[in-house]
Amino acid sequence: MALGLEAKLGDNVLTTKLDAVVNWGRQYSLWPFIFGTACCAIEFMSAAASQHDISRWGAEVVRFSPRQADLLLVCGTISYKQAPILKRIYEQMAEPKWVVAMGACASSGGIYDNYCTVQGIDKIIPVDAYISGCPPRPEAVLDALMKIQDQIKGESLLVDRHKDFKGMLD
Amino acid sequence: MDATAIEIMKTAFPYGQFTEVLDTVVIDVPEDKLHGTLARLRNYPDLDFSLLLDVTAVDYLHYPGHTGDRFAVVYTLRNWKKNRLLQVKSRVADPVKGVVSATDLWPAANWAEREVFDQYGINFKRHPDLRRILNHWQFQGHPLRKDFDIENRQICLESDSLEGPIKERLAQNGVDESTIKDINTEVMFLNLGPSHPATHGAIRILTALDGETILANVNEIGYLHRGFEKTAEQRTYNQIVPLTDRLNYCSSMLNNIAYVKAVESWMGIEITERAQFMRVVLSEFYRIQDHLVCLAANLVDMGGLTNYWYLYNEKEASYDFISRLTGARLTSSFTRIGGMYRDFYEGWEVDMENQLKDIEKGISDCLALVLQNRIVHERTQNCCAFPGETALAYGFTGPCLRASGVPFDLRKDAPYYNYEAFDFNIPVGTNGDIYDRMMVRFEEMFESMKIIRQAMKMIPGGPVFIDNKRIALPSKNEVYGNIEALASHFKLIFDGIQVPKGEWYDSFEAANGELGFHFVSDGSGQPYKCKVRPPCFYKMGGFHEMVEGEMVADAILNLGSINIIGGELDR
Repeated sequence: MALGLEAKLGDNVLTTKLDAVVNWGRQYSLWPFIFGTACCAIEFMSAAASQHDISRWGAEVVRFSPRQADLLLVCGTISYKQAPILKRIYEQMAEPKWVVAMGACASSGGIYDNYCTVQGIDKIIPVDAYISGCPPRPEAVLDALMKIQDQIKGESLLVDRHKDFKGMLD
Repeated sequence: MDATAIEIMKTAFPYGQFTEVLDTVVIDVPEDKLHGTLARLRNYPDLDFSLLLDVTAVDYLHYPGHTGDRFAVVYTLRNWKKNRLLQVKSRVADPVKGVVSATDLWPAANWAEREVFDQYGINFKRHPDLRRILNHWQFQGHPLRKDFDIENRQICLESDSLEGPIKERLAQNGVDESTIKDINTEVMFLNLGPSHPATHGAIRILTALDGETILANVNEIGYLHRGFEKTAEQRTYNQIVPLTDRLNYCSSMLNNIAYVKAVESWMGIEITERAQFMRVVLSEFYRIQDHLVCLAANLVDMGGLTNYWYLYNEKEASYDFISRLTGARLTSSFTRIGGMYRDFYEGWEVDMENQLKDIEKGISDCLALVLQNRIVHERTQNCCAFPGETALAYGFTGPCLRASGVPFDLRKDAPYYNYEAFDFNIPVGTNGDIYDRMMVRFEEMFESMKIIRQAMKMIPGGPVFIDNKRIALPSKNEVYGNIEALASHFKLIFDGIQVPKGEWYDSFEAANGELGFHFVSDGSGQPYKCKVRPPCFYKMGGFHEMVEGEMVADAILNLGSINIIGGELDR
């Protein structure tokens, strides 16, 4: 997740300060891409609607273009037919990017242990946070969002994430 | 079915074997007579089976006591005017050679037969476009065959380009190769989905455009195929209830009820009065929920985001009632074979009445913005209109069929759970355009509220579960207290409810239309086959006819107005 500056700065106090500023910005302006396929997408609709209001975490700008998003929220079952599309969308997103697997299906295949269902999206793309539930409550989506924010807080410009990930479609 | 109709058919089809199962007449015909029989049933004015509900197949490989051909195909037909339900069944001697397709009779057969080909590997001769539909194009084997391993997972490396089908469709619509290439009339191909906000799930819509006008359209589904039917074959009957939640997840309870009703009617279980009324109240409540989501999303697509808050917030508020009752917000799993999971809680009437009032307010707020709104009118009226005859031929049911002026509703035409005792109307449209489909849904919500209020006045007391040791779980006190109850509990959980051997079809008016279940039971606690007749599937099968000649932006509205739910579409 480099900005290009670290080559000049190196690992010193300036980089650390820069990390803090950049991470602060990134934490509170996550733009989610909703990869909604099934029931969980309906619960995401609830998370976005007035009562739970995802904009309290600065993540209400839902983008359906992978180029404009930095948080991929996979809401629902991913079948083998869908898998290449998910991978492609993940690859189209610009760094830095984070992935949340929402619900049992995206996390592990859920109740669908059969010929057509991918047993968890981490077989295809790297995942940063998992949400349990079938489907999870909207509060759980917000909880995952906070977990991602916590994770962003500790990241550094000097470290590239997930460069060595190899999924089953790679 | 009435005796005269059976007489007519017996004279018309002397070679057929007639049996009556529940309210369905099943005709067994020889393979070479199948197409002829279907053609007469469709065209003969006395018979007039204008609605092809479903096509499926049965693989008898492991069926106890079965001899002869391994496969059979089943066509489920309905004469909606006279409430006649019919299944035509034919043995398939050789799946590679297959049977003659019925696509020339009902266009609905196109997708239905593709599904049978995909899932069972049965060929359909003279089918215009026999490709896989639910599974991906790189898939090997046919999942619903009994010798197919459920864990035979197969990776798909890239999506189908759909180049062949769209070019074929262009040619059918009179656009030749030179027009496609000519610089003045060049055709633009635009792909929507499967991950696109307007596709409301995972559907792929490929269009060929002249400017903004759609010249040809082909659609691909199956992105949410989760193997419902194969999984159901490995579960006991009650274990399937949670799977049905995830068919149409906007109205999970309707699926729960439709499913258990199908099993109960075969087993001859008469559920208690109170359970029947509970099911009516909850069905109608969920019908409202389903329509709320559909309309909210449809109006967002039109740019009316305020309506989304008006309608969706009422759905969100309804979750309070639903989760207090069922313990879950979305996936209720609230029915069991023989009754309901539990009774209403104390004071539910007040909650329900408040909920209904709020919903009424939400709908009126929304209608105040929509009814007189010129933008809404111009975008929806006479747009993607579908005449009644065409809608029937494509197998439409539910609000979309009624919007086209066909007043068919199972609650009136084949009533169950005392629906004949309620005073309610069936709203119908005239043109079958997007406006009609939306307005029929608005009106249906008001009718559903009427039914709920009547049912709340009439609901009797008493138990919500039948008293039958072979079906109902014994109370926990008894399980821990005596050995018979413990054994019965063990048997019901591990072996499941034993369902008598046989094949049957049962249907239910769900929010989207006729939701049917075709079961084959081998007498054990697990279904031998459980096929869903999803209302969405057939609507999506007619989508290309609705949008060709219209603008691409209208196609988006049209998709919203037919309310496609992936879970039910792809199962």
